[in-house]
Amino acid sequence: MAATLVAARIQRNWLQRLSVIDIFLWAFRLAVLAAVVVGTFRTLYSGRYAGEVWLDFVVFGVSQGSVYALIALGYTMVYGILRMINFAHGDIFMCGAYTAYYAAGALYRAGVFNRQPLLSLAIILAVAVTASTSVALLVERVAYRPLRRAPRLVPLISAIGASFFIEYAVRGLYGSGFQAYPEFEVFKGKWNVFGIGILRTQAVVIVATLILMGLLYLFVMRTKTGTAMRAVSEDMEVAALMGINVDRIIVITFAVGAAAAGAAGVLYALVFKQVHFFMGFYPGIKAFTAAVLGGIGNIPGAMLGGLFLGLFESVGPILVLDGLGIVAPYQLKDVIAFTMLVMVLIFRPSGILGERLAGKKA
Amino acid sequence: MEPAAKTARGVWRSVVQTGALWGAGAIFLALVGLVEAVSHRQIVAGVLSLAYALLLLAGLGAGTQVSRRWAGRAAWQRIVGGALAGALVGVAVELLVVIGRSVNLRIMLINASPPLYEILSFGRGLGGVPLMMLAQTGAGAIGAAAPLLPPWFRRPVIAGLSMAFVIGLFQDLVQLMLQSGVRAGLRSLLFTGDGLALHGAVLLFVFAAGLSVLRARYRAPAGRWAVGLPPQRRRVLRWITMGAVVAAILILPWVAGLFISQVLVLVGLYTLMGLGLNLEVGFAGLLDLGFVAFFAIGAYTVGLLTTTGPLAVAHLAWWTVVPIATVVSLIAGVFFGLPILRIRGDYLAIATLGFGEIIRLLVLSDFLRPWLGGSQGVLGIPRPVLVGLEFRGPQQLIYLTVVASALVAFVAARLRDSRLGRAWMAVREDEDVAEALGINTVNVKLLAYGIGGAFAGVSGAIFAVMLGSVFPHSFNVLISINVLALIIVGGMGSLPGVMVGSLALVGLPELLREFSDFRFLVYGAVLIVMMQLRPEGLWPTAVARRELHDGAQAPAVPGHAVELAGAKEGDG
Repeated sequence: MAATLVAARIQRNWLQRLSVIDIFLWAFRLAVLAAVVVGTFRTLYSGRYAGEVWLDFVVFGVSQGSVYALIALGYTMVYGILRMINFAHGDIFMCGAYTAYYAAGALYRAGVFNRQPLLSLAIILAVAVTASTSVALLVERVAYRPLRRAPRLVPLISAIGASFFIEYAVRGLYGSGFQAYPEFEVFKGKWNVFGIGILRTQAVVIVATLILMGLLYLFVMRTKTGTAMRAVSEDMEVAALMGINVDRIIVITFAVGAAAAGAAGVLYALVFKQVHFFMGFYPGIKAFTAAVLGGIGNIPGAMLGGLFLGLFESVGPILVLDGLGIVAPYQLKDVIAFTMLVMVLIFRPSGILGERLAGKKA
Repeated sequence: MEPAAKTARGVWRSVVQTGALWGAGAIFLALVGLVEAVSHRQIVAGVLSLAYALLLLAGLGAGTQVSRRWAGRAAWQRIVGGALAGALVGVAVELLVVIGRSVNLRIMLINASPPLYEILSFGRGLGGVPLMMLAQTGAGAIGAAAPLLPPWFRRPVIAGLSMAFVIGLFQDLVQLMLQSGVRAGLRSLLFTGDGLALHGAVLLFVFAAGLSVLRARYRAPAGRWAVGLPPQRRRVLRWITMGAVVAAILILPWVAGLFISQVLVLVGLYTLMGLGLNLEVGFAGLLDLGFVAFFAIGAYTVGLLTTTGPLAVAHLAWWTVVPIATVVSLIAGVFFGLPILRIRGDYLAIATLGFGEIIRLLVLSDFLRPWLGGSQGVLGIPRPVLVGLEFRGPQQLIYLTVVASALVAFVAARLRDSRLGRAWMAVREDEDVAEALGINTVNVKLLAYGIGGAFAGVSGAIFAVMLGSVFPHSFNVLISINVLALIIVGGMGSLPGVMVGSLALVGLPELLREFSDFRFLVYGAVLIVMMQLRPEGLWPTAVARRELHDGAQAPAVPGHAVELAGAKEGDG
């Protein structure tokens, strides 16, 4: 008798705790899950796409994802330290790519571009990194530093302002059209890796990203500055008490994140072969998704999140949407990315690798 | 006084820094294309164009800044310092001309063209180079002298200059308004064929300066007089003022003409949206970057329910559809809010941005084309008709927007002062505390999304009939940013601020067509600058003014800063 009462009470408590919102959120979750499962099943069952097609999509997704991952690093590192979304980060990425376009053009006209592809790539990367870093430092100095102690909404609005300012400043300075990036002759066509044909540009992008990621990881984990960065992100005041120059570390963080974004800009331009003043907006938001997906403030997480997002975005339209009978599924590629963004923010704001940090940073 | 200005080296450094900074600003304006774009807009015909006004503003600003920084020094020192800073601005600008003439910068910077150099050197080639330096030096000296003047003198001068500047800037519009009768006489008095005449400018200056003096003299007595009246008389006075305002609004479109009416309709639509977003961001503290979605939902509801085209769901009258559109956007707002209830702060901004984009992409896609028309949109939306009167164009629609805005502003004001409004503000200040105090945060936040969305839905409904068609391209994220910018400029949470913000950010750029390419550049700069200098907005609420200004001043006290830092950690 007593036992059933207790059981009933527990049950009621459980039911009571389940609010309307929970039900709604569960329904939302289940609906998306059902759509994914049904779509995937139907696509695979129909067997409309051969294995090679899938492989192409996967490679494209990985190369796309690695670019996202590089951009995401900047978001993650800045958020880790300042708890602030650097809304202008996507535009910093654009600045790098766009400025490097002029370097690429000059090299192309000088004829160096295809004679010395590796050297040219290095120069272009250097220009992009320089441009991105200087813009980022300027933005930090002008738009963020004076607001470090302001209420939370204030720096975010300033960052939104910075984002649009950069976009339209670049539009005014460089022009509003699409500019075609020159192509490396060497990187045209495919390479055969273990019997799999991979587009060369994509291979270059993946390899370059891996190298850059490795370097960054070593920088953050092994060097003294990197240690200081981690210390500041753990607790700014204690770090300051330990004799770390917090302002300098914040500047370095912005610089490193921007450098990664600038390099990502060049890689992005290699794949898509054009630049435009608005090109940073969507990759920026997607990279932010990647950063949250991997657990914000977490560098390996950003890499993982980027890859995951890139893969899903490239495979998703065919795998899921096509199976659901949606016309022109590739138009909805961004919808997939944004749905992932919203879902991650709703259901797991701490991200895949973010448990350790969840309580403090989300 | 700044410590850097105490030593002799510090003095020079501050002059050089200021000059270089403002010079870089001037160069940026030139290279971004703004100077050339506005070079054809004469302020005083044949004397001053907007391009030169902008350039000289840099020298003026540099001078003022130096002079401000040196407050407490002798007047001549401040003026010389300002002149030097101004001269540096001139040097910087002319450096661009000299370099640009020998190196082709145009490969990279599309605006670094010979016409720009011509403007920068007064159209005299290299001979204009010293002239510009001289002009900037003078501007710097004047800028430095301005803070030295006593206020009773400075205020009328500034008022006069502003009047002449504004009338000169909008001279084509002003001339349009002054077409017949006495007005035509006034027009021939002030304007020549090319624009505002010099004597016209002087007349305007004298007029505004005199008005300013009179105002300073009689404003306080007039206020006392009004306060001293018995309540009944005061009420009469209020009715008279309101009647005058209504009468002014009624005749406004016919005096102002088609173009200004069109602009005012846009301002009205943005005011409506601003009131909605203000409710979310300003009252409840929910930063929403996907706000345009509700505007789109309102517009599409009207489109689909009234269109005569093939996508029609029904053929209802506009008047019956407006309530439907409002309710649909309200429901959409609640559903939009449901999943993101638990997201806070920065994440909320990004999540709403994502939602807005999802909706736009879905509307644009071929997938929903059979229902929503894809990128072609919904065409053939008939104009609303009221007792035989058709709301044909902007001159009629303006009444609609004014009435809708007034209604919505009234609702917003009543909501703000209601129990719900107080709950919103509690949620804005601290959600956890609000919940602990027994506020049902779920309902309160959902209502904020819903009602905010409904306001935007009304705006969308009018927008649909204004264009007579609905396209997905009209609903991109830039609109959300636009609305956000205008409520921030006006003052978050402030209702008159929304109006002021939309006049400043929507009305002004429409009137200055050359600016259209630079609109978002200016918005971005405005957002950054506002956040630092005036985060409470142009027309702030009393609470915001108090809080933000205390917060901004507090870090000046060292002990206080640490405390604030601790507080920030706590809410992080």
